[in-house]
Amino acid sequence: MKEQPAMVENATEDATSVVRVRNLYKSFGDRKVLSGVNLDLKERENLVILGKSGTGKSVLIKCMAGLLKPDSGEINVLGYDVPSLSLKELNTLRLQIGFSFQGSALYDSMSVRENLEFPLKRNLGIYERSKLNKLVMTSLEDVGLESAINMNPAELSGGMKKRVGIARTLILNPKIMLYDEPTAGLDPETATEINELILSVREKYHTASIIITHDLSCARQVSDRIVALFDGINKLEGTFEELKQQNAQELQSFFNY
Amino acid sequence: MSFKNFLTRVAHVYRFNMRFFKNAFAPPFEVKEILRQCFLVGNKSLFLIAFTSFLAGIVFTKQSRPSLASFGAESWLPSMVSQAVVRSLGPLITGLICAGKLGSNIGAELASMKVTEQIDAMEVSGTRPFSYLVVSRVVATTLMLPILVIFADIVALLGSFVMTNAINNTGFVLYFNEVAAVVSLMDISSSLIKSAFFGFSIGIVSCYAGYNSDKGTTGVGKSANTAVVVSMIFIFVVDLMGLQILNLFRR
Repeated sequence: MKEQPAMVENATEDATSVVRVRNLYKSFGDRKVLSGVNLDLKERENLVILGKSGTGKSVLIKCMAGLLKPDSGEINVLGYDVPSLSLKELNTLRLQIGFSFQGSALYDSMSVRENLEFPLKRNLGIYERSKLNKLVMTSLEDVGLESAINMNPAELSGGMKKRVGIARTLILNPKIMLYDEPTAGLDPETATEINELILSVREKYHTASIIITHDLSCARQVSDRIVALFDGINKLEGTFEELKQQNAQELQSFFNY
Repeated sequence: MSFKNFLTRVAHVYRFNMRFFKNAFAPPFEVKEILRQCFLVGNKSLFLIAFTSFLAGIVFTKQSRPSLASFGAESWLPSMVSQAVVRSLGPLITGLICAGKLGSNIGAELASMKVTEQIDAMEVSGTRPFSYLVVSRVVATTLMLPILVIFADIVALLGSFVMTNAINNTGFVLYFNEVAAVVSLMDISSSLIKSAFFGFSIGIVSCYAGYNSDKGTTGVGKSANTAVVVSMIFIFVVDLMGLQILNLFRR
């Protein structure tokens, strides 16, 4: 039985918020990347963070997953104050967070099967072959890639890699999914399939998701709500249609594309 | 590099080493991965070490013979070569070959994992990448180097025997009787301890270079290069320190 990290008192004001970020600042040397970001993610919500390259979108979700330590501010994920957690506590929390990387980040020395078995063996201590097979197949079926089970990452296309990357996170039944540029580098048809997959993951796994993107069609297809990040701060917020109607100057380059 | 950056780097290296010891001696132990890495370390270097040690044995014998012959001490050749091989040549050849072969391999592999976010992916899935990637490799190189040195010593002495036999027609039993007469337990144990430190240096330096690689493909090349160069420098430094310590015992 895994030890659970201590809950932070008064962690979330809103009971339905699974992620709460307040006044988040992060710099690399003299370069300010995040300059006071605030956002909330509700249960089973798909929140898109939209913004140009270099506005700190990826840094934001890396702070949420504890990969980067913020300079100041509050990050509360599932009731836990992320910056103050010990490594052991953080690892326990991370079991409830799925992170889909921009480049898929599949372990290229392992086959697809081994990629999916890796977190099961190391986190949950599952070594029974029949159980591993069942979990791996279920996860691959959910992303429509059961035929790729014995392939190596080098043999997969970009879209297939994204799917396997998502399957590897789903295998641990996460409560929150963080997608970093899920459609980057994909053709429109494959991008649409990945967007549909993001929606189906929510339906099947009841996850709340944060989707980092600069792809407007992705934002339109998957979002319940959009937060537009510019110069390291969230300037605009609303549904896709609301933002479109606002005709804000910062978003013109996106909507006129 | 400014002085401040230098101090920051020293602190970073110190923290990396402390993290290694903390993870190496705390459960869960990566037994399976350590055994896999031991096999890879041995398997990757065995042929190269055999080839270079055999040649070194031949060359060293051929080059030493005229000097000894000028003093009429040609019969001392097996004694001299065996002491040189066991005390210094074997560990040094093995260390340098492993620094090149394993250092570049570990440095480039971990760096490319870092660049393609595979280490981050392990981190966010809570799979403790440091133990899996770093501890297993450092322990494997530390354990395997002494074994490879024993192998290198034997092959180098065989090379030396082949040369001596070709010149003087010395028999196998006579040659190795002379070797056994001069090589002491102290020589063998100090050589093995020294090579374990060589292995640790190669492992920790290469893992540090790879695990803390800069982003981009240049980062991978730089890490592989740093791993090899710094490992080689460490081998010579450890060799010198080992000699100084050993001299204290010999006195």
